[in-house]
Amino acid sequence: MSDSHPMADVAPEPGVRKPDPVLVANNLQRSFGGLQAVDIDHLEVQRHTVTSLIGPNGAGKTTLFNLLTGFDTPDFGEWHLNGGPLVGIAAFQVARRGMVRTFQLTRSLARLTVMDNMLVAAKDNKGEGLWGALTGGWHATEQANEDRATELLERFGLEHMANEFAGGLSGGQRKLLEMARALMMNPEVVMLDEPMAGVNPALTQSLLTHITGLRDAGKTVVFVEHDMDVVQEISDWVVVMAEGRVIAEGPPEAIAKNRAVIDAYLGEHHGEAAT
Amino acid sequence: MFWLAAFAIAALSPVASLATGESIGGKLIQTVGEERIPTAGVTIIVRQEGSEIGRGESDSEGSWEIPVPGAGVYQVTLDTTTLPDGVGLTNPDAAELPDVNVREGQAKKVIFPLGEGTTSSVSSYERVGALFISGLKLGAIIALCAVGLSLVYGVTGLVNFAHAEMVTLGAVTAYFFHASPVGPQWSLLVASVPAILVGAGFGWLQETAIWRPLRARHMGLVSMMVVSIGLSFAVRHLILIIFGGEPRAYPDFAGQPPIEILGVSVVPKNLITIGVALLVLAGVGLFLQKSRAGTAMRAVSDDADLAESSGIDVNRIILITWSLAGGLAALGGIFFGLNEAVQWDMGFSLLLLIFAAVVLGGLGTAYGAMVGGFVVGVIVEMSTLFVPNELKTAVGLVVLIVMLLVRPQGLFGTKERIG
Amino acid sequence: MDWGSIFIDGILATIGPVTAAYAISAIGLNLQFGYAGLLNFGHVAFMLVGAYGMAITVDFGGPLWLGIIIGILVAMLLGFLLGLPTLRLRADYLAITTIAAAEAIRLVVRSSWAEPLTNGVFGIQGFADSFFSLNPFPPAELYGIGSLVVTGRKLWVMIVGWTIAALFVFVVHRLMKSPWGRVIKAIREDEDATTSLGKNVFAYKLQALMIGGAIGGVAGMILAIDQQNVTPDAYLPQITFILYVIVILGGAGTILGPIVGAVVFQFLFFTIDALMVNAQADIGWVGDLLTPAAAGQVKLVLVGLGMMVLMVFRPQGILGSREEALIDER
Repeated sequence: MSDSHPMADVAPEPGVRKPDPVLVANNLQRSFGGLQAVDIDHLEVQRHTVTSLIGPNGAGKTTLFNLLTGFDTPDFGEWHLNGGPLVGIAAFQVARRGMVRTFQLTRSLARLTVMDNMLVAAKDNKGEGLWGALTGGWHATEQANEDRATELLERFGLEHMANEFAGGLSGGQRKLLEMARALMMNPEVVMLDEPMAGVNPALTQSLLTHITGLRDAGKTVVFVEHDMDVVQEISDWVVVMAEGRVIAEGPPEAIAKNRAVIDAYLGEHHGEAAT
Repeated sequence: MFWLAAFAIAALSPVASLATGESIGGKLIQTVGEERIPTAGVTIIVRQEGSEIGRGESDSEGSWEIPVPGAGVYQVTLDTTTLPDGVGLTNPDAAELPDVNVREGQAKKVIFPLGEGTTSSVSSYERVGALFISGLKLGAIIALCAVGLSLVYGVTGLVNFAHAEMVTLGAVTAYFFHASPVGPQWSLLVASVPAILVGAGFGWLQETAIWRPLRARHMGLVSMMVVSIGLSFAVRHLILIIFGGEPRAYPDFAGQPPIEILGVSVVPKNLITIGVALLVLAGVGLFLQKSRAGTAMRAVSDDADLAESSGIDVNRIILITWSLAGGLAALGGIFFGLNEAVQWDMGFSLLLLIFAAVVLGGLGTAYGAMVGGFVVGVIVEMSTLFVPNELKTAVGLVVLIVMLLVRPQGLFGTKERIG
Repeated sequence: MDWGSIFIDGILATIGPVTAAYAISAIGLNLQFGYAGLLNFGHVAFMLVGAYGMAITVDFGGPLWLGIIIGILVAMLLGFLLGLPTLRLRADYLAITTIAAAEAIRLVVRSSWAEPLTNGVFGIQGFADSFFSLNPFPPAELYGIGSLVVTGRKLWVMIVGWTIAALFVFVVHRLMKSPWGRVIKAIREDEDATTSLGKNVFAYKLQALMIGGAIGGVAGMILAIDQQNVTPDAYLPQITFILYVIVILGGAGTILGPIVGAVVFQFLFFTIDALMVNAQADIGWVGDLLTPAAAGQVKLVLVGLGMMVLMVFRPQGILGSREEALIDER
């Protein structure tokens, strides 16, 4: 990373301010029963970066994703996307405002074709309203969407599968489809929940290329990952969570040396052996 | 035109052929203590497949007769609104006899037992007290049935619509061992034992023959629910074929004279129902808390994968849960039959209230279902202070919907279960 | 046993107004269950409120066309009221609420409390005179070939019924081929994923429930018009389950499935029933085993069994694709 990078002067400490944050969360809390799943004082995500979210199992990463994208409601706290508050905004609205997520277990729409999976994600199609559907007049939009979908499918190497049911794809292909589908919405922030989980090593490399490609195309990527090597390779910034809190954040090199992180990960390995 | 009549909905205009002289009739006599008073001016309606065949009125002797077009099955309804003040059906739910079978040439006699109406000169304290007790009784029955439904939901995620049929099966089996002319004619207490075993066996059989294989095929829950409602429908009508459509009562404990407690008159079998149900439910609670199988059941409910990986034989626990649910439902059915009537669709008619109870308590929570059962029972019975008796089941629906709007996870549920 | 007349009667039943009404109702259920994945176990309630909405309007002096509009609106309102508390929750809650509501509504309609409006158990008769006054066929005349004949009155209801069925097939086809239909199918596959793509899942499900309900309401009206009679006990829960068998048999989530399902089902249902009734009367051991009433119930046992067996062994029905059905739902 060159010195001219806007993040170069940002101190590697939890809750640090960033020069141009796209996503800001304040005092975000969520508990399940007695368990404090997420408890974040302050967190900012810098625009046009790949920010990875790491931490042991049960650290609250997915819960944080759910909260930020409106799939779960916090007990307390507020957060903004581009300065617009997202408290009380329904999940589908959050997606429309430009923050799109994927899921840990792929959620391909199995009995829809790959192309239909893509087209569902397109925004502002008046044929998606009841009246528009009955009266027609949506075919031009549809054609444009199809062209864009074909382009994206080509980019992700799925164009030959366009007319297959998504349920017939391999696990890795589904991951790619899910990412391509999210891009159909032209999002500003892409939240990827463990995009590499269960994917074979050959495909991992291709996924990583796609992720950095997203950043280079002007998107902000936040993704959850376990593998430190992967994180080191592509992240601009790393946020480490444990027991619901942000225990460290910083550039990947700094995180690799961070004592708290090493402890948390050792803890995880102990934990994993027990379960 | 014969073909139309064969349809479920076919409601033909009255068919005119009265030549063979079949009829349905009876005599309305009100029994007050030892006295028997004929009741005049009461309207009786005969229908077939939903359409009215004829109606008549009882004369000064209490007699009535309505000609019907031929042999077949008819529904005979007593219009309770035409009963004189102070006169009521001894079993308010028996205003309709849904399956009156008339043979060729037969002048069929049917009976509507009449007694003192509940609307007459009962003090409001007594009435509220009596309703509260019958609410607890109904609640006890609902709770017994609801716990099993909730437990099965907990371990499998399936809302089993055929649960209602386990209730009916228990009541009907007990009737067979207790009162059937071809059965052993045991006392109801003894007959309950095989009935509960048959209920548990039905639960066991369902799991073994249907649900486990379907889980192994990775059938979706939506499809499974469709299967369960198909099963419910098939079993319910199979019971109808074997048991017949007429409501029947257990001879034991029938016509028990009420006793007075704190100024409220209570039939002892109501108290027995409440007492036994409480004991059994406490036993279920103990089983869940203390026994190995019960603890495992709760573990599977919480997280089946985790339970599996910590060495619990999940399939075995699910099988135990089904059997337990079947046995409890059968017991609930016996109590329901004891207090109301044994009938082929009794379980289905209770299903709405069972659902209201499990949703009120929180789907999947055993204790919630118990509490929910009692709450629903009391609300439904007490509601008759304000709404007509025939609408009390609809009150259960109101409870259900209000609960879903206000607190869908139920009183004892956690939010994560419902999303 | 007179095979010829059983067959003729079976054919007549299969093309009759009742089948047309079942087909229409099944189109509505197919939209809800087949396409949107909504478990509506109380579809008969939509038929009931549709029919009663119409009958009550006419009974109170309104014209039939107004009654039809009100019937449709009431059916949609029912969908709205049932959907509002349940459609944000898991699929089971809709199933529980609809099956409960269907029975509760029937109980309310037949209660003495509702009698001023519904005339209780006796129902409302003779509200469709203005429909039959439009009948171009002399009502008592017989139409058909050989012994396969219907009266002009019946023919009129049949023509109108099947025309409406065709109309709804067209509407549903148009809807499902549109982007709206794509979102509906996406919701059936995975609600969370569809939400994450910026679709208001709740609103779409509510729309599907209400439109399917309105179609069911129209079906209820056709049944009522055919009989010139609405009674609460004509809307028993079993109708919902017959409709499920029709939808699954024809092929859930296919355009023509409800029509094919209704025709095939009605023919089987009728023929089996006629066979059972005849066997009960003519074959000694069957007669010993079953009462006439019980023989009439056998068909309903088969409805339940059919529902299970189809769902397990041929979930795609007659028209659905095997490949599609084999894809794991989740």
